[in-house]
Amino acid sequence: MAIYRRNYKPYSGTTTPEWSRFLVLFRYSRRNLFRSKFMTAFFVICFFYPAVCLAVIYVAHSASFLAQFGLPGGILSIDNKFFYAFISVQGVFAFLLTAFAGPGLISPDLANGALPLYFCRPFSRAEYVLGKSSVLAILLSQITWVPGLVLFIVQASLAGASWTWTNLWIAGSLVLSSLLWIAILSLLAMALSAWVKWRIVAGALLLALMFFGAGFAQAINAVLRTESGHFLNVAYLMETVWNSLFQVDATHAIPVSQAWIALLLYCLICLALLMRKVRAYEVVQ
Amino acid sequence: MSTTIHPGAASGASEQAPPAAPLPALVDLQGLSVQFGNREILRSLTASLRGRSIGLLGPNGAGKSTLINTLLGFYKSSAGSARVFGYDIGTEVRKIRSLVGYMPENDAFISKMTAVSFVRMMGELSGLPPDMALERAHEALFYVGLAEARYRHLGTYSLGMKQLAKLAQAIVHGPKLLILDEPTNGLDPSARQRMIRMIREIRDGKEMRILLCSHLLRDVEDTCDEVLILKQGRIAHYSNLDEERRANKRFLELETYGANGDFTEAIEKLGCECAVTANRMKMILADGVETRDIFRLAAERQVRIRRMNFRRDSLEDIFLKAMES
Repeated sequence: MAIYRRNYKPYSGTTTPEWSRFLVLFRYSRRNLFRSKFMTAFFVICFFYPAVCLAVIYVAHSASFLAQFGLPGGILSIDNKFFYAFISVQGVFAFLLTAFAGPGLISPDLANGALPLYFCRPFSRAEYVLGKSSVLAILLSQITWVPGLVLFIVQASLAGASWTWTNLWIAGSLVLSSLLWIAILSLLAMALSAWVKWRIVAGALLLALMFFGAGFAQAINAVLRTESGHFLNVAYLMETVWNSLFQVDATHAIPVSQAWIALLLYCLICLALLMRKVRAYEVVQ
Repeated sequence: MSTTIHPGAASGASEQAPPAAPLPALVDLQGLSVQFGNREILRSLTASLRGRSIGLLGPNGAGKSTLINTLLGFYKSSAGSARVFGYDIGTEVRKIRSLVGYMPENDAFISKMTAVSFVRMMGELSGLPPDMALERAHEALFYVGLAEARYRHLGTYSLGMKQLAKLAQAIVHGPKLLILDEPTNGLDPSARQRMIRMIREIRDGKEMRILLCSHLLRDVEDTCDEVLILKQGRIAHYSNLDEERRANKRFLELETYGANGDFTEAIEKLGCECAVTANRMKMILADGVETRDIFRLAAERQVRIRRMNFRRDSLEDIFLKAMES
């Protein structure tokens, strides 16, 4: 493009649909995120375990391979516990990825006072949150339920229709458990970064919330001789829900329904905190 | 009780004929009040702002920025209403925002972005297609004078450059109204001059109307044709600066050589009021009398005019009067 003259001309062309504007934020935020080599490397590492799982599924159905090592045919069983293990491992990766990528999404905008520039345009606060959270949502989906479903499809194609119909619920559990974890992580990361405004501190807080939250919950349980402390342990609540979704036998101190309610409550609190901070200017009363 | 204010009406100046083709109302305030907690920031503002370039003046804390933020829908009104280009700020804020370019007062940027990416992203958020946003981002940065620095990260910019980048993002999508909140804040004299020149160019280009908020009288005087003065959340004065200037041209001070009673009489016959002290004359020019008439009378009577001085009330005088009222 050549620029010949320093002048200003108004714009009279077409505009993009309003509903699609949040995707602008998604594109730019994602691009910024992957400028970090560490981030790119870590994202690649997140696919290591799914690759191992894929190999395990292949080996489980390869009688000749097992025979080479003198192993019986049914030694590797691909069932709900296999996928539960998969989502548990990938859940940890998702958490670490969020701790790295999440706080950097909103805190720079708040620290540099950029929010009025977004909201003076035909662009709402909800669209802003949607645009920013979609970065994490898509990123985390790529390492949780998407590879999970790929594994399920591979297993289904190798195991046959009978296995598929019997275990179709596992696919639903994969998606649901991942989406819940993604929602919790995204909202927690963004709410913390909105309140702290400092990226590193927000990341550290997210880690502290998970690790110290568990310790704090144990301390409350021990001191007050109760089980209610588990409500402060997001990881424990999530584990309770996952166990239920994947029908894994485990004993839990709190009922599954209460764990669901607590997690949804966490989401709502984070959303409320986020909407309180994400505004053009804070009103000081 | 609030009344609708039009330029000149509140100034107490002589009645002026309205312009031949008045611009449509830019902002209509109808009893607009804004309250934060128990504190009332804006109190029943009623005015119809129609100028091409309107200055919002007032001391710190008068409510200038609050008014702008309310017009942009950042704050909710506690009473009354306002319209920008006829769109209600309560129900049609999205339409208003699509017509507005806003340059905020404080630092507002994304530090790890180049200026061109930043302005492009803002253009895209305003609805420009990506290719067009990129093209116009380059153009806007050229226009504000950041062409050479447009690939640098905004975090490395000086304060003056950040102000220009904010201006670029405000005009990238071709708004109909440009809202500038303290655009010369923190600028050195030369940077301030550049910014003022830019605002004047935009005003004279007639593609955009300007609402400029400042506590610096000079900035408003240099760039605006109408001024709304706020004091403690109320409208203290709203006037057309050109009309004010014209009205104040009546005050004329002359230093003469060779003047006599005949010259004074001739001037008085034109309908002017004169006061003579030694070789100095002070007069109030009557309507329709121009300075060339005085020169003609002086030439006819061979009176030498050594000095002629229009005593114009500056904006500072208008501002002080408004503050005292």
